[in-house]
Amino acid sequence: MNKSNDPFWWTLFGAGGAMAAMLVPILLFLAGVATPLGWIEAPSYASISAVMMHPIARIAAFSLISLSFFHWAHRFRFTLYDGLQLKHLFQLIAVVCYGGAFAGSLFAAWVLL
Amino acid sequence: MDSSSDYSLHHPKWHRDQKPIFWWIRRWVYICFIAREMTSVAVAYSAVLLVLLYRALQSGPEAYTELMACLSHPAMIVINVFALLAVLYHSITWFNLSPKAMVVRLGRWRVPDLMIAGGNYAAWFVISAVITWAYLAG
Repeated sequence: MNKSNDPFWWTLFGAGGAMAAMLVPILLFLAGVATPLGWIEAPSYASISAVMMHPIARIAAFSLISLSFFHWAHRFRFTLYDGLQLKHLFQLIAVVCYGGAFAGSLFAAWVLL
Repeated sequence: MDSSSDYSLHHPKWHRDQKPIFWWIRRWVYICFIAREMTSVAVAYSAVLLVLLYRALQSGPEAYTELMACLSHPAMIVINVFALLAVLYHSITWFNLSPKAMVVRLGRWRVPDLMIAGGNYAAWFVISAVITWAYLAG
């Protein structure tokens, strides 16, 4: 991985980190914790579809998903590199992380768009 | 290597710092650092959940009901509580660091760190309130 690529990956990392910081906690709290515990009622299929399937919502959700994957790829890559001292696997780790994010984004695009 | 180089037996070994894999467990700040980096796993996991939700919504009402039933499984609730704690840690560390990554100047005046972080928290609150309202309206 060429050093000069770093600003590009860092931009994706930063955009994903910011978007996830704003949106993910409340979404996960509502759908993953509050609803399953019965604190609030699950929205009906018709109403949640109406909101989530709107083209603007789908584009926003796709951006959030894809950038979240690239955010993960960048952070996880350097955690393996520095944290686990896997410096000799530098290239392999980068390919697996960014490749995984790319594959996940393609799949998300296929589902959402 | 020729036979006269007996002294090469005493060639000094290269000095290399051998850091143990779990070097970061020795100090609390390092543990916090690794924990912060690992929140990215929870962020990616949440993104996967969102893809699954879209898949279910496109398959129809039965798939949606099935997914919500799956999310109600005790193991899933435990996983999601941990993931929620992780993404909250991500948000808080992100907003607190943002003034350091992004220095805003208005003319000669540098916008204080507290105002940038505060703006982030205010936006976070408003966005969360709007999403909650939309969710409950359903």
